[in-house]
Amino acid sequence: MGERTIDQTAAHIAEAIREGRTSAYSVTEAFLDRIDAVDGTVKAFLHVDREGALATAAEVDAAIAAGEELGPLAGVPIAIKDVVVTKDMPTTAASKILEGWIPPYDATITERVKAAKMPILGKTNLDEFAMGSSTEYSAYRQTANPWDTGRIPGGSGGGSAAAVAAKMAPLAIGTDTGGSIRQPGAVTGTFGAKPTYGSNSRYGLIAFSSSLDTPGPVARNALDAALLHEVISGHDPRDSTTIDAPVPPVVEAARSGASGDLSGVKLGVVKEFAEGSAAAEPGVVEAYQAGVDQLVKLGAQIVEVSCPSFTYALPTYYLIAPSEASSNLARYDGVRYGLRAGDDGKRSLEEVMSLTREAGFGPEVKRRIILGTYALSAGYVDQFYGQAQKVRTLIKRDFEAAFGECDALISPTTPFIAFKFGERTGDPYQMYLADLYTIPTNLYGGPGVSVPVGLSEGMPVGLQVMGPVMGDDITYRVAAALESTQETLLADTAPEIEGK
Amino acid sequence: MSTISREEVAHLARLARLEVTDDELDAFAGQLDVILESMKTLGEVDTEGVQPTSHAVPLVNVLREDQPQPSLPRDAVLAGGPDTAEGRFRVPRILDEEA
Repeated sequence: MGERTIDQTAAHIAEAIREGRTSAYSVTEAFLDRIDAVDGTVKAFLHVDREGALATAAEVDAAIAAGEELGPLAGVPIAIKDVVVTKDMPTTAASKILEGWIPPYDATITERVKAAKMPILGKTNLDEFAMGSSTEYSAYRQTANPWDTGRIPGGSGGGSAAAVAAKMAPLAIGTDTGGSIRQPGAVTGTFGAKPTYGSNSRYGLIAFSSSLDTPGPVARNALDAALLHEVISGHDPRDSTTIDAPVPPVVEAARSGASGDLSGVKLGVVKEFAEGSAAAEPGVVEAYQAGVDQLVKLGAQIVEVSCPSFTYALPTYYLIAPSEASSNLARYDGVRYGLRAGDDGKRSLEEVMSLTREAGFGPEVKRRIILGTYALSAGYVDQFYGQAQKVRTLIKRDFEAAFGECDALISPTTPFIAFKFGERTGDPYQMYLADLYTIPTNLYGGPGVSVPVGLSEGMPVGLQVMGPVMGDDITYRVAAALESTQETLLADTAPEIEGK
Repeated sequence: MSTISREEVAHLARLARLEVTDDELDAFAGQLDVILESMKTLGEVDTEGVQPTSHAVPLVNVLREDQPQPSLPRDAVLAGGPDTAEGRFRVPRILDEEA
């Protein structure tokens, strides 16, 4: 680890602030300066709030000087994916349809970050409405992968992952509907966790697919992610789908995993993930397999499990998610927020709505709205949407059966390394394949994390750990154990970025 | 034969209030056809007697006390609208004036 503030983990920074070895103000300034220096190249942020972040940092320093007790991440700066609503700070979901909108309220996640006294550096880029796997569908800018600026940073949360990978933020908030935290984590060499569905509030999260959307932490390692996980998670009366039960002890699990002992832990490998066209590219398999070997050395036992319905996870997801999206995105009608187009005083409400949505939505969002409308339309609803919901039940059963045989499942996070810009935008189906291994977890509702495991062609590869519902702790424990075998965190070996 | 025609895509776009261009129609029809073709594989799965899952976590009848809460200030909400007047969102005409 280097000497600079920006090279430190969130846990180290928090401790240094608490013990008075540094100030929250100087830490926040260091990250803001880093953003100034390299974000012209990486383009991870859609909005930077220097003044607001420094004001929060100053409050933290004053509170510490006054001897107040503060939370475990007080003074540690954070970036928030621009699909999470922030009061008085622009929130666009990377869509033109919300350009210029300033939310009048905070998401629960944002409230909790503020209550934890974490300075908010700004809002990060994403695929429009979190629909995509490369962040190329942002209506505003193309975020680069800090490891190779000619390649994608993953998606939809490419901005949050790139911000952490480029050390512009020690922590970030992401959201994961089909892999949008884990896949960007994998391809940028960062750590990403999709918590159990319902353990994190969706209040104030701009809805894409309500039965799948899950906010979660983006970090450089398991412990940092776990610390943030505990800050943001837990029951919220404003989201009736949240689970009213204690948050799994993920910080404790990350600490225990770091001791490197996995004896007695059974890890399942899904047979169907390795078969035929589902197989990952060879370089990814090699890096992943080296990680599996490490886990075995730590005492883990590997068992093969069969989850036959996983073969159908991709089509199931691409029927359910667009169906829910087509309904959720009906609210963008040019009346209550954002853009209105074509209102010349002569056109009807309906004409103005259609023109607004045409001007405000990008191609992937339109495709998914049309796909969802199709899957829900009379004559097709049973064949497509209804059948997908039933197959979802079978996928859940496969997970439940697998967790009867093992404590957690492992796989590569994504079948391929970060691809080059433009390589898959012409063929949406090729883009969808990026989420082949992450989607089943969303359909089931359990937790999944992606931990950096190695390199292929010089680009990061992630290993995914999937746990049972409310078994987030086991995923952190296994991931932290894997990190303990690495001399240096992969996140610390990224090439230096040249500023612009 | 393709699963979805250009005309069907145009019809769906109209239902979803999307004023798509001719170029978009051409592109979407081809792309959606590929996607839907892959989805037809779901038909192979035997789901006889299987209950559908609409939600990841089985929570039912989540109730709360019906207590009044303050709502967002009206002006703060209206400030986000594209066109407002007299404390309301202003919309284009809904009915034909001649009607």
